[in-house]
Parts: sequence; C-alpha cells; structure tokens
Amino acid sequence: MSLDLILFLLLALAAIATALGMLFSRNAVYSALFLVLNFATVAVFYLLLGAPFIAMAQITVYAGAIMVLFLFVIMLLGADALPKTEVLPWQRPLAIFLAALLAVEATFLLVTKARPEGNVLQPEATINTMDNLRQLGLALFNQYLLPFEVTSILLLVAMVGAITLTHKEKGAKKS
Amino acid sequence: MIPINYYIVLSAILFTIGVTGVLTRRNALIIFMSIELMLNSSNLAIVAFSSAIKSFSGQIFVFFVIAVAAAEVAVGLALIVEIFKSKHSIDVDQISSLKG
Repeated sequence: MSLDLILFLLLALAAIATALGMLFSRNAVYSALFLVLNFATVAVFYLLLGAPFIAMAQITVYAGAIMVLFLFVIMLLGADALPKTEVLPWQRPLAIFLAALLAVEATFLLVTKARPEGNVLQPEATINTMDNLRQLGLALFNQYLLPFEVTSILLLVAMVGAITLTHKEKGAKKS
Repeated sequence: MIPINYYIVLSAILFTIGVTGVLTRRNALIIFMSIELMLNSSNLAIVAFSSAIKSFSGQIFVFFVIAVAAAEVAVGLALIVEIFKSKHSIDVDQISSLKG
C-alpha cells in the first residue's frame, strides 16, 4: 500500500466522518463547524488532484465566506438548538434506504459509464502552483471570458436580491 | 497513483449523505448546508475527471460553480431570515402556507 493511498484513505475517512457529523448533530452550530472541516478536507483533495487554485478558492469562498454567513444567520436567528420535531415514523428509514440505493446506483453508473481511462495525475507532477495559476488565468480570460462576465452580473443580482429581501421600507407599516 | 474510481466513490458517498440530510432533517438551515455538501461533492468529481483527462476546463467549471454557490447562499439565507421573521420558525414542516 503506497503512501498516496494511505493519505487518500485517511482523508476520505475524515471527509465522510465530518459529513455524517454535519448530518447527525442536533445543534446547528456544530453542524456548520463540521461542514467547515469537511470543506477543508475536500480542499486537500483538490491539492492532491493538482488543482491548487481551486483548493485555495474552496478555503476562502466556502470555508471562509459562505460558512461564516451560515454561522452569522444561525446566531442571528438564535436557532442553534431547535426543539426536536416529530417526523412521520416511516419517513426516516425510507429516506435512508433510498439514499443507500442512490449511492449504489451513482457509484455503479459513474464507475462503469463515465470513466475516462487511467489514473489521476501524480501530485508532484502538477503541484507547480504558478504554472497552474498562469494556465488557469489564460483560459479564464481568453476562452471563458463571457461566462466570467456573466458570473459577475449574477453575483451583482444576488447582492441586490439579498438587500431587497431584507430591506425594510421607511414608513411602511407592514407587520 | 490513486485510481480515479476511488474519487468517484468518495464523491458519490458525500452526495448521498447530502441527499439524506435534505430528506430527513427539518431545519431549513441544515437542509441548505446539505445542498452545499452535494454541490461540493460534485465539484470533487469534476476536478477528479479533469485531472484524469489532463485538462483545465474542469477546474474552470468548478470555479464557476463556486461563484454560483456563493450567489445562491446569499439569496437563500436572506429568504430564510425573511421566513423566520414572518413565521418565527425555520422548520420546513411549518412552512405550508402554499398547500392547497
């Protein structure tokens, strides 16, 4: 068993354990913190796959910005310890069974149908960060310039939408 | 050398955990976090494929997915805050005003 494989298995174990922790925590704050840890392990996977820029974007955008926003809303609503609500008794076992079915099916189809040939790149062959960044930037601003600009408009629209949703009109007397 | 199948299986497992979260939890914030987990697992699969075919396009696609997820979270959390203001609860079973 090579060192790469041991590293992969340990990280995969950490990723699955943190995802399950997110799922089963009663407290929403613990769920969010587990999810931060999960995003961090996935970022390490990106480094192993030779995508250092995506790994750093994952840390800053997901683990940094998005999860801080989540924690902010959880604290704001004071919803960190919600009372247990009863679900329909057959709902949870059925959901878990269907989810297991989905896992088996997705794995089977992805492995048999969508499989490109060969292994993933060796980490040391692609870990040259500046090279990766330069090629990514060239592709982003030449071939994918229009999608990049559309993304900026999308972010602007999302910002305006969030402000409009939470903004209260002055003098408007609605509940 | 790690076979790409390992990454695919890991991504499928993480996606399934996200689906289970959406199906079983009743807290709207937890459901939202599970959706983020699913997006993240699909990103992992895309990067693994792009690394296997030695192309940069997958990484650029994941970059766009991350940007779209950020926009989605901004709007979604604003919606959850609004729902909490009017209903004083973020339990998705309570939000049934549109039921016919």
